[in-house]
This record gives sequence, structure tokens and C-alpha cells, in this order.
Amino acid sequence: MTDGSTMKAEDISMEGVELRLGAHDFRFDCALPQGKIIAIAGPSGSGKSTFLNLLAGFEQPDRGRILLAGQDVSRLHPAERPVSLVFQDNNLFAHLDLFTNVGLGISPSLRLSKEDRQKVSEALARVGLAGFEKRKPGTLSGGERQRAAFARALVRDKPILLLDEPFAALDPGLRSGMVELLKTLHRETGNTVLIVSHDPAEVRRLADHAVFIDGGTIKLTAPIETFLQGGAIPALTTFLQH
Amino acid sequence: MIILTAPERRRAISGGAFSLGSIALFVGIAVLVLLSAGIESGGDTSLTDPYLLRILRFTLLQAVLSTLLSIVLAIPVARALARQPRFPGRLWLIRMMAVPMGLPVLIGALGLLGIWGRQGLINQALSALGLSQPVSIYGLAGILLAHVFFNMPLACRLMLVGLERVPAEYWLVAGGLGMRPISVFRFIEWPILRGLIPGIAGLIFMLCATSFTLVLILGGGPAATTLEVAIYQALRFDFDPGRAVMLSLLQIVVTLLVLGVMTLFRAPDDHGLTAGRALRRIDGQGMAARCVDAALLAAATLFLGMPLAAVVVTGLEANLFRLVSQPIFLQAAVTSLAIALAAGLLAVLTSFAIIRARSVISADRRKSLGLHGLALALGASSSLILLVPPIVLATGWFLALRPLGDPSRFAAVLIIVINALMALPFVIRVIEPAYTVHVSRTGRLAASLGLDGIARLRMVDWPGLRKPLFTALSFAMALSLGDLGAVALFGSDSLMTLPWLVYSKLGSYRTNDADGYALILGLVCLLLTIAGTAGQGAPDDESRRND
Repeated sequence: MTDGSTMKAEDISMEGVELRLGAHDFRFDCALPQGKIIAIAGPSGSGKSTFLNLLAGFEQPDRGRILLAGQDVSRLHPAERPVSLVFQDNNLFAHLDLFTNVGLGISPSLRLSKEDRQKVSEALARVGLAGFEKRKPGTLSGGERQRAAFARALVRDKPILLLDEPFAALDPGLRSGMVELLKTLHRETGNTVLIVSHDPAEVRRLADHAVFIDGGTIKLTAPIETFLQGGAIPALTTFLQH
Repeated sequence: MIILTAPERRRAISGGAFSLGSIALFVGIAVLVLLSAGIESGGDTSLTDPYLLRILRFTLLQAVLSTLLSIVLAIPVARALARQPRFPGRLWLIRMMAVPMGLPVLIGALGLLGIWGRQGLINQALSALGLSQPVSIYGLAGILLAHVFFNMPLACRLMLVGLERVPAEYWLVAGGLGMRPISVFRFIEWPILRGLIPGIAGLIFMLCATSFTLVLILGGGPAATTLEVAIYQALRFDFDPGRAVMLSLLQIVVTLLVLGVMTLFRAPDDHGLTAGRALRRIDGQGMAARCVDAALLAAATLFLGMPLAAVVVTGLEANLFRLVSQPIFLQAAVTSLAIALAAGLLAVLTSFAIIRARSVISADRRKSLGLHGLALALGASSSLILLVPPIVLATGWFLALRPLGDPSRFAAVLIIVINALMALPFVIRVIEPAYTVHVSRTGRLAASLGLDGIARLRMVDWPGLRKPLFTALSFAMALSLGDLGAVALFGSDSLMTLPWLVYSKLGSYRTNDADGYALILGLVCLLLTIAGTAGQGAPDDESRRND
């Protein structure tokens, strides 16, 4: 496993990545800056999730290469890639308590040293869930469950964090708090964050950089200021108006 | 979608392939032996033999009539249940309709005899009224009655599920338009039922065409015998393997044709849980409609409930204490439970391997032609037992093992495998949806954390799948416990199971003992089913809230 703090010079890139899923063709080429929060935006069905699945390793490209933190990961299993993941829901095993759920991020067989246990508790405290070690996910609110998922991403300590609409299932009131938490954690760890979002307000508040995907390809990769001007792409203008 | 690591994928696929291969081998050997025996003795009994044709005709005739009656009677009952959501005891009637499906056929047959039999309630009442012409439950009429008893509730439940899926607004619109009940039926209910009936009818026809136990007990003599029972008689009484072979081959041809037609109409799923939902229907509240529905539902309750009550009443009349303390009962109980447990475990393990392999292959986007074929074959594997019914399988193996000595020496193993195969379709139907949900919920997460092998089994898969696995195991065990078919061919004094004990008591006119044992067997099966479904209604609340 690569150590996040030594990988400063690297970024995320896709070189001629092609993929066919059923009747849908995808083609991605991009190079994304390191250490930024990057929003992946686009209409539903455009290929945002496929883009993320390619990075996470749930899909492998038919052609082309995927580089994460300087490493060719095109053929690697999800567990071997230098990424942490937070999904929209089902981020926690419902029958395991929070300590175990977060601890699995350090060791999948739950062999934890004393320092590891300390790290789990610190991470929980860091996301505002101090003392929640023995709680089961079912007793938490939706926001608290997503916080626990962030705690696990913290202990995993990977250079890249992939988020698939992590706030989509939360109430609007909760979302802004979670956005702030994510920004704070990002500032502290300095990792690269990729967040799929269909909420222009969220993109505006959170991202330094944005990617717009439509029809299975990347239409625009730009710093957030340029992105928010719409870049003469009709689909993006529509997206931003929502 | 890539979820498993490459070695895990290989293990899952080879596990599925091994299960499939074993099933195919077991069924294939039986069929090959039958075919070669059929070719050898080709001269003795030809397929145009009048005896064979008569049996074939009766098999098809009773299946067609049973299907028609079950469907036609189920329509008004399902409709009454659907439009009277506040009928007192409605939920209990719906629950009772599930009982014939889970009840060992043998026990249901005894209950029917208690009501419609020569000494049954109906005939006693008729003779008390001075009518001398008793109703006979034997022969075609009895077989039809029994098939309707078992299959009408099944049809009814499936139709009810369909009717309850109608959007609530439809009923409001119908009310707003002032539709009369006949129009509601014509424009809303019938179009839905019409879509369901082909699938339901195919399912019931298949069940009736391969019906063994009911026909064995209620069919009398050559005039009312189906292929399955004729096979049994040919082997067990006449010891005419040649005829048994021809009958078996004929049976395979029939089931092959029926299955072929059935694939065109898929049977709807019975999602038992929806049947309890209260519906807001504003039609059917007129006085006339309510009276007609009440009468219908009362009649259905009596028709289904009386034989079930008869099992309990006549069973309690027997000296249960004496029956239970008999050594033969203890022997039969131990044998039955051991066979059921082994068959249940085998069915669950095989199903799990099949389901896992199918799930892995379907997640593979770039599957080779070979894997594609394997997935299709895995999907069809549970239907093999429908194509080659238990009696036919048993006949094939009976002939295959004869050169090695007395086939009843291998009886226990054969019964276990055959029972496991019989349970396979049900077990897969219980486990597969749970497995799919489990994988969709935990698959990506476990993969991203690198959880695999024993760690995932212990921490993710076992806690998540324990309940459906136990449910499937108890269903499979109940099925095996109540099965008379496979035992009938091999059963002997050295291999006595509970159904065989009931049947032999019935055969030796010790009806009282048979009733007592039937009650005990029924209770064991009921307990197993309850144990299996306990907690199924609330599959861990946490995971549900976590959605």
C-alpha cells in the first residue's frame, strides 16, 4: 500500500479508456490535479457512476490505462487500488457496530493493534461520533452513518477519496454541515477528493475543479470558475440552472 | 461489476459447475439407463400399447380438468378477497390458503378422506338425511377434488397478489366513473387476471400431471391411474421393469412438452407478504356484492378448513401416547429426520453454489461463450427435477443399481439425493432474492475494503444470509419429511420413514393409527415451517433502516 503523504506529485489520469456496458459506449480521457476537491457532474445516465466505478475498480476498461497516484491500476482489484470509497448508502455493515465497521478499514480481518484501536476512536471523534463505538448503524441517523463512513476513509489513509453522491440521501439541512466536514477533513489530509454530484449548489460550494460528463464522454475539465460559466456547452448550462 | 478477486471468482464458478455436473450426472444416469432398457425391451411393450395410451389419456385428462376447476374456482374467491379488505378473518383465510402448499400431500389426502371419504362427514350427514347414494371420493371425482383442494388456494393467492398490485387510484377512478362491479371486472380485474392465468395454469397443470401421492391413495385400479402411479405399480407389484421404462419415458415426454409450453408463460411469484395489505377499494361495498362475497368466502373457508380440521380431530382421537411409544415410530422418526436433514443440507449447499456462480457470471461483463452457457445451464438446473420427476428418477436408479444387488440397500442415499433435488427449486427461490439483495448491499463495500475469504464469510456473509439459509433449510426438510414418492419405490421394513408408516397403516386398514401418525407428521412439518419463517417477517430491522 502506498503512503498518501509521499505521493504529492501524482494525479489521476485516464488514457484512452474505452468501455462498453450493454448498449452504452464510454470513452474517457482526462488528467486531474492532485490534492483538490474535484466534482464529477452531469445529467443522470451520462456515465458519472461508470467513471467512478472505473477509478474504483468495479469496472475494468476494454482498452486504455487508468493511473492513480502514478500507478497503473487498470487491472487491479478494488481492494488493491489506492482509494477510499463512500457510497450514497449501505456504507456500513448493518449487523456490525461502528468500531468494527471503521476498524475493517484498517484491517479486513480485524487484526488491530493497540494504536489501530486508538486510531479508530480518534477518527470517530474527529467526525463528531465520539463514544459511538458500540452503536449499530441502525440506531444512527442518515447523516451520522455518512460521518462514520468518513471516519473509515480517514483511518484508511489513502491518497484518493471517491464519493458517489454521498449526501444525496440526506436532508438539505444536514448537507451543508456534511459539506463543511468534508472540506475540513480535506484540508487536514491533503488528499484528492472526487465527488459525484448532481447538485450545482453543492458543486459550487465544495469543488476546486470540476468535470462535466455527458453521453459517456468528458465534455469539460476545468477549474471551478470556468466550469461555472458554462463553457458554451448547452447540457452544462442546463445543469447549472437547476 | 467486479466484486470478487480472481481466485474467488474461479472458486465460485467451479463450485457452481461442480454442482451442475453432479445434478446432470445423477439425472443423466437415470435417464440413460431407462433409455437403454427401453431400447433393449423395445418389442415387449410398445408406445402404442392400449394400456399405456389409456393411462396417458387419463393422466392428461385429470390434469386438464384439475387445472380448469382450480382456476375457475379461484377467480371468484380471489376477487372476493381482493374487494372485501375488511372481511372478518380475511387474513386467516389467506394464511390458511398457504397451508395446502406446505402440508405433506399424504396428510391432506387423509384430511380429505375424513370429510369426503366413505366414513367421512359428508356421507354420514347424507345417510342421516336418508340418502343412500354415498359420495365417492375414489376415482376421477376424488382426484379432481383433491387437486382442487391443493391447487385452488395456490391459484387464489397468486391472483390476489396480482389484484393487490393494482394502483389504488384505479379503484378511485372506477368509483368516480360509476363503474358497476361487472365493468370493474371487465376493465380492471380481468385484464390483470388474464395476464396471470397462463402462468398459474401451467404451474398447476405440471403439478397435477406429475401428481403421485393423491392418485395413489384416491385413484382406484387401472381406470384411474396416472403415469407416475402406474410406474410405481409396474415396479412394486407386477415387477415389470419393461413397462415401468416405457411409462417413465412417456412421462418424460409429457413433462418435456409441458415445460416447453410453460416457458412461454412465466408463473407469477407468490410474494406472501403483500397478501396482508389493506386495500382501499370503494367498489364491492353494495349489499348484494357483500352477500355474494361473504357466501363465497365462507364456502372457501369450509372447503379448505374442514379437511384440515379433520386431520386434527381424527388425529386426536387416536391414542397418540401409544403410537408415539411404538418402536417402529421412533425408528421411522429418526430415519425421517436424518434423511430430511441430509437432504436439506444438500439442497441448501447445492443451491448456494449455483446461486453464487450465477451471480458471479452475471456480474461479468465480458463473459466468454462458455460462461454464458454455464449461466444458462445453472438457471435451468433446478428444472431438471421437473423434467424427470422423482418416481422416474427412482426407477432409473432402481434399474441401474439392480446388478449390484438389492436396490433397497442404497435406498437412503437415493432418497436423500432425490429429496434434495425436489427441494432445489424452492430453496433457490428462497435464497436467491436474499443473496441478490445481500450482494447489492455489501458487495462493493466488502470489495473496496479487501474483505475476502474466511473474513468475509464470518463477518459479512454468514450474519447477512443466516436467516434465509435457515428458512430454506427448514422448507427443504419439511418437503423431504412429507415426501412419499421416492420412499414408495424403495421403502421396506428396514427403511421406514414417517410418510411410509402412515401409508402402510392406511394400507392395512388401521386408519386410526394412520390418522394419529399423520397428525404428528403434520405438526412436525408445521413446526419446521414456523421455525423457518420466524424472523423472516422482520429480516433484521437494522439493515432495513439502513436502506
